[in-house]
Amino acid sequence: MTGATAPFGRRAHVGGALTTLGGIARSILAFVVVMLLIAIVWESAKWIGGGIWREAFGVALDPPHMPPLRITQLNDTNLPHVWEVIGALFEPATRRSEFSLFAVLLDAAIFTWRGAAIGFVLGAAIGLALAILFVHSGLLERALVPYVIASQTVPIIALAPMVVLWVGRDWPSVAIISAYLTFFPVTIAGIRGLKSPDPRALELMRSYAAGWKAVLWKVRLPAAMPYLFTALKISATASIVGAIVAEAPTGIAGGLGRAIIQFNQQFTSGPEKLWATAFMCAALGIAFFALVRIAEMVVLRNRMREVEA
Amino acid sequence: MNNDVSAVVEVHELNKTFGNAGSETVALSGINLSIRPGELVSLIGPSGCGKSTLLRVIGDLTRPTSGTIEVNGKSATRARTDRDYGMVFQAPVLFDWRTIEANVGLPLEIIDMPKARRAQRIADMLALVELSDFARHHPWQLSGGMQQRAAIARALAFEPRLLLMDEPFGALDEMTRERMNTELLRIWEQTGTTIVFVTHSIPEAVFLSSRVVVMSARPGRITKIIEVDLPRPRSDETRTLDGYFELITEVREGLKSGHVAGTTS
Repeated sequence: MTGATAPFGRRAHVGGALTTLGGIARSILAFVVVMLLIAIVWESAKWIGGGIWREAFGVALDPPHMPPLRITQLNDTNLPHVWEVIGALFEPATRRSEFSLFAVLLDAAIFTWRGAAIGFVLGAAIGLALAILFVHSGLLERALVPYVIASQTVPIIALAPMVVLWVGRDWPSVAIISAYLTFFPVTIAGIRGLKSPDPRALELMRSYAAGWKAVLWKVRLPAAMPYLFTALKISATASIVGAIVAEAPTGIAGGLGRAIIQFNQQFTSGPEKLWATAFMCAALGIAFFALVRIAEMVVLRNRMREVEA
Repeated sequence: MNNDVSAVVEVHELNKTFGNAGSETVALSGINLSIRPGELVSLIGPSGCGKSTLLRVIGDLTRPTSGTIEVNGKSATRARTDRDYGMVFQAPVLFDWRTIEANVGLPLEIIDMPKARRAQRIADMLALVELSDFARHHPWQLSGGMQQRAAIARALAFEPRLLLMDEPFGALDEMTRERMNTELLRIWEQTGTTIVFVTHSIPEAVFLSSRVVVMSARPGRITKIIEVDLPRPRSDETRTLDGYFELITEVREGLKSGHVAGTTS
């Protein structure tokens, strides 16, 4: 909503697009820098308190480096070297496997993402529908919102086995559990966003004798978009976590959840595989987040940056 | 005068109270007002005098506690559902996600005007408020005065019979406000729309109006109605006429006497 504010100059759309591209480049650069910093901190810790360094980045160290401290948490079993984790990705997943760990994990990520994405779409739709319902009925809002909040206090790990019993040991179960985690932020942000229009904007619509559908489509939903995208970004990562948590204890095969269980059992012989799997999970979450962020930039390209909810 | 022409707005013995029994505030008390077609009537008074409330009652944004109101011979609700009103608030209330032309076209979308006619009407309205070059801009790319002109274009888009304006230029600087006043008169003369205009600026009320309705606070009521017989078309020259200053004095005296009466009663 624009008040009687000072002019913001004649910022052209082209300029806006360039700013956006610059923003993307900066985000990627910042991400790379943060990753490098983490790696540096990681290896520094090992340099001080890890196991004996016989090589670094594939180069043999002679004489080997003897870290001054010996800290269990930093030894090569608990915290493998960064290059060992990266290297593990390009070695066979198991001794008998013909595929690299990376290929296996990518395959698992795609399986998990399918369940998560379907759950995300389902959850977002249910979340938005609930928000629309609550905004139009104060009675329902007061009656049901406490239960919506209570629903999130049920540990997903307790719920997942039951859903699998009812729906079956495959991706539809994963989708339902993802939806369960996804809908909540969308409902809460949706209520706020749909109520965000200036009261005078609603009076204006009243003066046009506009029906509630027109008010919803032309005022409430567009006004709610920045709020919804903020929620969808949270939901995107939550849906991945939900999918993995749904897969892991219930033995749904094919996804990252199963991979975590499998490499957890092989931890002592190959810790770098579990680490690699953890990074794959994070990468999947970040990728899904980025996808929603790109959609947000496209949908909100003509807005003033006003809501940072 | 003009008794043969039926009134656009006819308010009779109207009262409006807020709050519940025991702690109620009388916003409007015993309001009688008749507005003729094509008039530009200003409501002026101190804050709390109920001028905005009266405008909102006329526009069916709130209901009176007692008394009657007719707009174009109908109830206010009927007039609203017949789309007899155009509204302009102090803030332009434009939608950021719509271009200026899409903002102006919003009421036309709601009445389902066919696209081709809609485009033509939008172009006409933008020409009227001299914003044709900014049709594809977004509201935040325009100055406050330009945003308010867009809001006026939007209010006039479906040719309402009655334009209700609630301190539309209150947030603008003095120079922009004077220019907007001149523009509003030009638009008023071109369209022949009846306008009810809420303001707290005495010069603005005198410069624009056919009649100035002076109100006082606690309880909100009409203390005086002043006919403004300055020649038209009005221009910057009008602001130098003796009659203009006399009327400003008259409105000011009216506001003062209302204030005294209001505080002693």
